[in-house]
Amino acid sequence: MFRLIITRVFLGFATLFAVTLLIFAATEILPGDVASAVLGQGATPDTLAAFRIELGLDRPAYVRYLEWLTNALQGDLGVAMTNKREVLDTITPRLYNTLFLAGYAAAIAVPIAIILGITAAINEGKWIDRAANIVTLGAISVPEFFIAYILILVFATNLGWFPSLSTVYSDMGFWQKIHVVALPALTLTMLVMAHMLRMTRASVLAIMSQPYIEMAFLKGLPRKRVILHHALPNAAAPIISVVALNLAYLIVGVVVIEVVFVYPGVGQYMVDGVSKRDLPVIQACALVFGSAFVLLNTIADILAILLNPRLRHPR
Amino acid sequence: MAIQNSFKNPPLSAKIGMVTLSVFIFFAIFAPVIAPYGEAESIGKTWASPSSEFLLGTDNIGRDMLSRIMFGARMTLGVATACTLLSFLIGITMGLLAAVAGKILDQILSRFVDLMLSIPILVFALMILSMFGSSLFTLIITIGVLDSFRVFRLARSVAVNIVVTEFVEVARLRGEGLWWIMTREVLPNALPPMIAEFGLRFCFNFLFVAGLSFLGLGIQPPFADWGGMVRENGRAIAFGIPAPLWPAIAIGLTTISVNMIVDWILSLNARPSGASAEM
Amino acid sequence: MTAPILKIQNLRIENLVGDVLVDNASLSLMRGKVLGLIGESGAGKSTIGLAAMSYARGGCKITGGHVEIDGVVIQDLSAEGRAKFRGRRIAYVAQSAAASFNPAHTLMDQVCEMPVHHCVRSRIEAQAWAVDMFRLLELPDPANFGARYPHQVSGGQLQRAMAIMAISANPDIVVFDEPTTALDVTTQLEVLVLIKNLIRDYNIAALYITHDLAVVAQIADHIMVLRQGKIVELETTQSILNSPKKTYTKELVADRQTSDVFREIILKDDQEVILDAANITAHYGDFKVLKDVSITVAKGETVAIVGESGSGKTSLARVIVGLTKLTSGDLTFLGKKLSPSLKHRSRNDLRKIQLIYQQPDVALNPRHTVGDIIGRPIKFYFNRTADEVRKRTLELLEQVGLPADYYYRKSTALSGGQKQRICIARALAAEPTLIICDEPTSALDQLVADEILKLLQQLQDELNISYLVITHDLGIVRRIAHRTAVLLNGELVASGATSTIFKPPFHPYTEILLQSVPELRENWLDELSARRAI
Repeated sequence: MFRLIITRVFLGFATLFAVTLLIFAATEILPGDVASAVLGQGATPDTLAAFRIELGLDRPAYVRYLEWLTNALQGDLGVAMTNKREVLDTITPRLYNTLFLAGYAAAIAVPIAIILGITAAINEGKWIDRAANIVTLGAISVPEFFIAYILILVFATNLGWFPSLSTVYSDMGFWQKIHVVALPALTLTMLVMAHMLRMTRASVLAIMSQPYIEMAFLKGLPRKRVILHHALPNAAAPIISVVALNLAYLIVGVVVIEVVFVYPGVGQYMVDGVSKRDLPVIQACALVFGSAFVLLNTIADILAILLNPRLRHPR
Repeated sequence: MAIQNSFKNPPLSAKIGMVTLSVFIFFAIFAPVIAPYGEAESIGKTWASPSSEFLLGTDNIGRDMLSRIMFGARMTLGVATACTLLSFLIGITMGLLAAVAGKILDQILSRFVDLMLSIPILVFALMILSMFGSSLFTLIITIGVLDSFRVFRLARSVAVNIVVTEFVEVARLRGEGLWWIMTREVLPNALPPMIAEFGLRFCFNFLFVAGLSFLGLGIQPPFADWGGMVRENGRAIAFGIPAPLWPAIAIGLTTISVNMIVDWILSLNARPSGASAEM
Repeated sequence: MTAPILKIQNLRIENLVGDVLVDNASLSLMRGKVLGLIGESGAGKSTIGLAAMSYARGGCKITGGHVEIDGVVIQDLSAEGRAKFRGRRIAYVAQSAAASFNPAHTLMDQVCEMPVHHCVRSRIEAQAWAVDMFRLLELPDPANFGARYPHQVSGGQLQRAMAIMAISANPDIVVFDEPTTALDVTTQLEVLVLIKNLIRDYNIAALYITHDLAVVAQIADHIMVLRQGKIVELETTQSILNSPKKTYTKELVADRQTSDVFREIILKDDQEVILDAANITAHYGDFKVLKDVSITVAKGETVAIVGESGSGKTSLARVIVGLTKLTSGDLTFLGKKLSPSLKHRSRNDLRKIQLIYQQPDVALNPRHTVGDIIGRPIKFYFNRTADEVRKRTLELLEQVGLPADYYYRKSTALSGGQKQRICIARALAAEPTLIICDEPTSALDQLVADEILKLLQQLQDELNISYLVITHDLGIVRRIAHRTAVLLNGELVASGATSTIFKPPFHPYTEILLQSVPELRENWLDELSARRAI
């Protein structure tokens, strides 16, 4: 088992490395020429050539990649093209904000989704299960900005409980921040919770149809014991992967939500970078999102290995 | 709990889904004929309230909301359908190939897809669209290809289970070629379980396109599309005007409809879980 | 006369769609007696077994009749009330022990769960009792056996642990649902003896569910024969075996008896050897599945390869058809060397060796029609016109005893036996010299299997085809094989004419194998265990 985990960690690093290659390839090699992409079609050949040299595009791609990678590893993410500021200086506080928002949403969504998911599964076909099914189906069917606008309309415009724009400053107090960020966090929560609940329900149901659960009922055990003692220990591993998968999903969901609420996070920074074609910014943000994604997936796999009884007690 | 399902007699939810979806498809096809106003015709005040003249009010530059939603259906549904078709074409071909053509190709394709899926698809799409610009063509290719990785995974796992069955072995032992095995033995058995997935991938792509348009990186003006309409009218919400909600509702209704149909298709094959009798 | 401990009256069970699975079944069981439930798949025997515990599997419902345990009608009780009966008064032993033990808990935890929960024993007492039982049932290292997890022990050991678990709360009744079906013959015998002793020593009333008449004859006082959810006959074991009244029962008994009887098959001499597999060694990963095995098959003869699971008999078949690569050895077919790899074999070589599988369900593409399935080899190998293909296909359908209008049907609409006939027709379509039959009848019900064997023999007489039959069932071997090879752990332990193989002097393993096949006599098991004990 120990070897499996080591292998998985190693694989995680390998993936991370491949992700950097991919980001670089997608942004610098695929389009053929960044310079014309950035300057647009109106650029004269002279300005293009000058810009290419400025960007270092006259050198071979692998040299540029190695340079970019070593710099990134040392914490140097380059300088933003548009405002000439160090990307790292901008991205660090924004990363903190994004993590704050994601953590906020996760703290609410994870426990509720797991408990409700299990409850729905063990009450399969009853009203609570059906209600959960309808509500979550609705939540995963509507776009994230729809939920956001509804929440704004109700809680900001009509009730006035929370601000409709989530502007945060670094010197804001913790509780004040919790209040200001409430609406985006709630939007994210609903989104992730719905997915997580449905997947948790599905994995518990898969366990409930196993012959050993039937055996537990035939042993005359009460329902509560069958669920807590026989079903849940086996459902833990799939539920953990469900949670990790959805936390990864949360990272993506954050992008749109940040734009809706004008929240100063990495997602908004990236969308900004994309609309201005600011290459170093896009690369840095993609790197941040990609790493978070790889990290979560690796953790999920390791937890699944740790929780699998067959691997925990080898023959 | 014994709800009887059959192919001929869908449950109410699936019927509602089918009707709603048909209405939107009808809008998409006949928008120029049935829309009360033109797609880009500015005929009223900014954000006029719903009235007999403008059933859903007007948008940020005074265009009729209902007409825009009808025209928007073409782009939004059309692009999402095109993306999903493309992604299934690529995903199923590659998935079957990986399952049938042997371990080496399977390893290469699977590891490549693992890698592509290790970056969030939205981040990937943002990178590519920022470099290529969001023409309709790039948009469809980008989303179609990115989504095909997920289709590949499913198609491969379905096909792998079929490839190990004896009837495929019989074909191999007979000396049949790769093409026969892929198209005649595996494909007909792989498609039925993929039908429901088509609906789910459509929903995903549909929401994805809407999301990109909302970010200003999807379908570009002057074409009306629902995600872009939400973006254009977003500011109205702060004044308590529901303008951006109309296109958002259209998006939601479409996905809910497809999901309800998918649920029904899935339930056709599903059996109640073993312990359900005891619950 | 005391009252029966279990009484089932006019039981009716339906599934979700309203199909009747069990119709008007009644039985009563006295303390300490064993009732055998026998029938083919779909006969409703497991459904009745579970209904005795007032339990119905997903979607099924008890819609009529009632179940009484010790005078209490248990389906009238609340869920809690029923739970008090389950495990405590009536316990269950499932067919697949591997799936029925929870992978997340140790065996000891699962064995002790019932007595502790039903307050029959304290945890400490239960553990001590379990260790005693582990010892009694000859499980390895009894003191520490319970500390293991289900996936850490073998199938036979798990099945014994499940029997121990079933009686851990001193139940009055135990339902045994095919407890030995998933095991090899030699293991089946051991488990059967232990179950029989448990029932006797603990004075348990038992419902013993199986599809094998010979197995149930060893253990049951009464036998209930079921077919399609209805009771055919319910009599004492003796009268079922010796004087069955109903036609179906007569057929079952007669068929089982013919497979007990040794049939002398005259060895064909002077026939040309068509397949010569010499010194075959093969690996599965690093594991050696075949060790220097040699067999030959002559024209028009049937050669059986016999062995238990893991003996390498299926690997041998796969080596011959080219699906598994041999590590060393030679294959000669019709005087020419046969390439070990499928890819390098000529179309003609492929055509002349055909394969018939154990599971006809998965051997036929569910999306193709019967006509497509049988017609394809004709088109593929002989390149005939569409009309010729159709004509030949219809001939083949007739040859395997199926009506012509099956041509347009999908195979999914057919029964198991009919599907196997289609598989045979497909093999014949290639006009082969050798057909390899991999357990051709073990997925079929007893009487259907018998017809398939007859068909195979009849086709051999007509067409002079050779068969290589892979099987674990000595009954089949004795009925159809001219020559037999016995495999054990990848090695050939005996081979020769079937009549000599099964006559003394035996190879020791052949003798064990032969003895382990249940015979259709009431006292076979007792005699055998008495003989072995000496």
